[in-house]
Amino acid sequence: MNFSSFLLMRQEIALLAIILILVIAEIFIPKNRKASIVHLTVFLFGIHTIIGFFQIDESYLFGGMFRTNHLIHFFKNVLNIGVLILLLQSADWIQEKIMNQNKGSEFFILLFSSLLGMYFMISAGDFLMFYLGLELSTLPVAALAAFETMKRISSESGIKLILSSALASGVSLFGISMLYATTGSIYFSEIVQTLSSTNLTLLGMVLLFAGISFKISLVPFHFWTADVYEGAPISVASYLSVISKGSAVFILMILLFTVLQPLVHIWENMIYIIAIATMFIGNLFALRQQNMKRFLAFSSIAQAGFILLGLIEGSQLGTATVVYFVLIYIFSNLAAFGVVQAISLQTGKEQIKDYEGLYRTNPNLSLVLMLALFSLAGIPPVAGFFGKFFLFTAAASKGLYLLVFLAVVNVTISLYYYLLVVRAMFLRKGDNPIPFFRNKFYMRIGLAITVLGILLLGIYSPLYDYIYELSSAFN
Amino acid sequence: MNLNHIILIPLIPLAVFLILGIFYNKIKPAVSGYVGVLGLLTATGLAFYSAYNYFIVIGKTEGVYQTIVEKTVWMNFTDSLRIDMGILIDPISVMMLIVVSVISLMVHIYSRGYMKGDPGYTKYFAFLSLFTFSMYGLVLATNLFQIYIFWELVGVSSYLLIGYYYTKESAVAAAKKAFVVTRFADLGFLIGILIIGYYTGTYDFETLNNPEGTSILNWASTSFMGLSVLTWALLLIFIGGAGKSAMFPLHIWLPDAMEGPTPVSALIHAATMVVAGVYLVARLFPMYYFIEDGFALNIVAFVGAFTALFAAVIAITQTDIKRVLAFSTMSQLGYMMLALGVSGYEGHEGLGYMASMFHLFTHAMFKALLFLCAGSVIHAIHSNFLKDMGGLRKYMPITNITFLIAALAIAGVPPLAGFWSKDEILVAAFEHNTFLYVIGLFVAGLTAFYIFRIYFGIFWGKEGNYKDKPNESPGSLTAPLLILAFFSIVGGFIPFSEFISADKAGFETHVNYPLAAIAVFAGLIGIALSWMFYKKENELADKFANGFGAFYTWAYHKFYFDELYLFVTKRILFNGIAKTAARFDKKYVDGTMVGIGNQTLNTSEKIKGIQSGKVQDYAFAFIAGAVVLAIICIYLWTN
Repeated sequence: MNFSSFLLMRQEIALLAIILILVIAEIFIPKNRKASIVHLTVFLFGIHTIIGFFQIDESYLFGGMFRTNHLIHFFKNVLNIGVLILLLQSADWIQEKIMNQNKGSEFFILLFSSLLGMYFMISAGDFLMFYLGLELSTLPVAALAAFETMKRISSESGIKLILSSALASGVSLFGISMLYATTGSIYFSEIVQTLSSTNLTLLGMVLLFAGISFKISLVPFHFWTADVYEGAPISVASYLSVISKGSAVFILMILLFTVLQPLVHIWENMIYIIAIATMFIGNLFALRQQNMKRFLAFSSIAQAGFILLGLIEGSQLGTATVVYFVLIYIFSNLAAFGVVQAISLQTGKEQIKDYEGLYRTNPNLSLVLMLALFSLAGIPPVAGFFGKFFLFTAAASKGLYLLVFLAVVNVTISLYYYLLVVRAMFLRKGDNPIPFFRNKFYMRIGLAITVLGILLLGIYSPLYDYIYELSSAFN
Repeated sequence: MNLNHIILIPLIPLAVFLILGIFYNKIKPAVSGYVGVLGLLTATGLAFYSAYNYFIVIGKTEGVYQTIVEKTVWMNFTDSLRIDMGILIDPISVMMLIVVSVISLMVHIYSRGYMKGDPGYTKYFAFLSLFTFSMYGLVLATNLFQIYIFWELVGVSSYLLIGYYYTKESAVAAAKKAFVVTRFADLGFLIGILIIGYYTGTYDFETLNNPEGTSILNWASTSFMGLSVLTWALLLIFIGGAGKSAMFPLHIWLPDAMEGPTPVSALIHAATMVVAGVYLVARLFPMYYFIEDGFALNIVAFVGAFTALFAAVIAITQTDIKRVLAFSTMSQLGYMMLALGVSGYEGHEGLGYMASMFHLFTHAMFKALLFLCAGSVIHAIHSNFLKDMGGLRKYMPITNITFLIAALAIAGVPPLAGFWSKDEILVAAFEHNTFLYVIGLFVAGLTAFYIFRIYFGIFWGKEGNYKDKPNESPGSLTAPLLILAFFSIVGGFIPFSEFISADKAGFETHVNYPLAAIAVFAGLIGIALSWMFYKKENELADKFANGFGAFYTWAYHKFYFDELYLFVTKRILFNGIAKTAARFDKKYVDGTMVGIGNQTLNTSEKIKGIQSGKVQDYAFAFIAGAVVLAIICIYLWTN
């Protein structure tokens, strides 16, 4: 263990350092200047994100428990970008609502701890590290969901999340133990060599899959999603739907493509039916939602179903399309949540009905939300279209036309409900439209970044080429 | 000669859109109108210049017009599949550039007057530019992926334009319907693209359409349910085209879309977006023709013929003049598809292909003219309905004359534009399949009938109860009418087959006199019938009657004939068949689509109960789901 091998964990160490700095800052910054903690956090995390783009060597640490390569490193960068945008979008909320309860740094510390857990999870080289990362990434979020302790619904959301996630991680731990029982190892590289399709390994695989599916909100492991999103503060819902889901997709991809590769003919089928169920259930539920947060919850479930279309391809193309889609999804969904956040912060309104006539009073916000929804619906030329198109191409290249057909049907259904919101904003008058307001600096930056992403990520093709090259890592 | 400036043609409207979109609060409405018109004027000039260069200056190389492609690799999607972006210049794309430019320019000029005083004036022009840009992009696309992007973009911008009167509930509903129905059809398109990409490894039109290469036939060898996979792909792509081009049964959005501003209908629903489907089939024509002996092409022909007939019959019954024009458009689009469907490939064999493009061209001119005339009438008397109109020829002479020219053109009266192109279609159909020819001929008669029905209804007959005296529209409205009328008159004299043919070599066409005479006769019967039914209330249309004097007097005096006609046409044709068809359309075709939507909503309502809010239930679902999955995995899939 020398210095240069420590540098392989640069991201983790840096994030840990930020957490510690925040703890110290909380102690030393006087009470009347606590607001500066927000600036400090955004600044530190911004630096951290930028430094993240410097390449890291590919290697293993701790006898194979921790590993990193260019693709995994890229995953972490994607998560960083998401968290940075999220911080910008929630900075105002924290300053206005949370700081005066003296809990500002607590929020950030919990958030970063969870992110740290994700780092470890996707860098895991064995199931022990994976499980620790999984837990570390989930538990702080439950605390975050219940963060608005004054609100009953927020506490309910926290309780629901902690109960459900305890169940999920218990189940996946059970699954892992079965895999250990049949292969005698917890190291990914060793398991893959001895794994065969016995009943016990299959059961183990399914249970492990169920645990991770919980975080991605795949049907039937999705039930917590809408309730938790609705009750949790918007930043937290946004975090759950974007960052937490993204990291879980990454780890699921790693596990399926590397550790569980011998069982590919089984998990293909499993992904196939889960994908169909998830798309349909997510979309059908989204159709009738009145509350923006619940609406976005179901929409994000449906989006997860689409991601599975890329996973099923199982090789370089699948990896590339999934990573590309997740990146675009982060921007699109954060844009949507950002607008909801901005409006909720100013007016407390969260119903779709309240958005009627928004275009007249707040044209810019409506345009951002429209772009975001168009991107989620997959309408060209915004980025979401390219993401979806490539996922479909990945599935089609395996000859799964029925699946692609059903997915495209779902795209049409989803177009309907995304247009409902667009219609409310643009085409309806609204008796009592939300009055004009100006966003604060951080929020504006946060939204601007997402809009740029939505407009440019699809058209800027070298990005995909780059991801495609990285994606050979699992083959 | 270099054609690099063609890239500017789509970029100009894009720039206009960005300027108007970004500064829409700061630009005065009058200025935005000028910006829009000027931008498009430049683009139109460039389009004509390019056409001149392409057809005349460069001309044919080795007897064929070359396909010029300028493209860059946009993305290496996988190691074997590459996606390019660029522009493709060949006879049909150059022709489409002209069509889109001319119509869009006319609509821009017209809109300056028509939308005057509208609060969203600048926004409207921004949308128009966006639409024009997308349409140019669609026309110039070099590959399936690119055309799909612009295809959808056209959909988005037309959504914005149809829903422009957003205070009108029906307009909003119509916009959404148009978007969702065409999107539904695009399902087919998208999957077709994916299939082609997978089996052929390319999206490029150039490669796909190369009939010399044996590759097309090699690709076609994989079969699925008795048909080649590529035939399936082409059929799926045709579904996409049928959605945009309002082919039965995906036409239901078009009549409703008439809720948008009338100039928008002229642009989108007459000349540009709705012909995108026809253009798409023409673009992939060699594939359609060579794969499995044109199986997919036959389907195209029959769908086209049926739509032509179906829509023409319904057009007879409509009382809203814009709806008549909408159904008429459907019917004419059916003609174009029919012509493509019966076409061969080489030389004179490819008559249908050329006729289809020719008709696309002439139809764009006279149908846009009809819509703009209708807009002029609506502008004057503020109603869409025939019952509120009548006798307007005295008040609106220019509109009257130009409408008449367009009506004669669509009815196929020589020497107006519609005659030449329709004649070619009928000849092509005749040479291919007599049944389709008879349908085509019958539709020609119906077309003349319904168009003159509204012509007489608007400009002749009893005067409506006008509150104020209707006035001829201002110059900004009538100028485009006159220009389009000019094109509708002379458009037919262009030696189209020299320029456009399936094999790009060009060929000579000659008028087939017997067939032409029959077609003209069918048209005249249609006109005469509508004359008798719809002009009679008028005391006596002296001037007009003189023109057709003998026939009219004969028909007029043989009153029992008239009664017989009345019985046959009004009772049987009108009430019996046409009304039933209209009702069938409303109730079943439309109803099915709406039903699918409602069913989805109902299902959504029913399953809502599962989401109970209790964590116990969630945990149960979680465990049950995992167990079921495990059971399936272990017992079903392990073999």
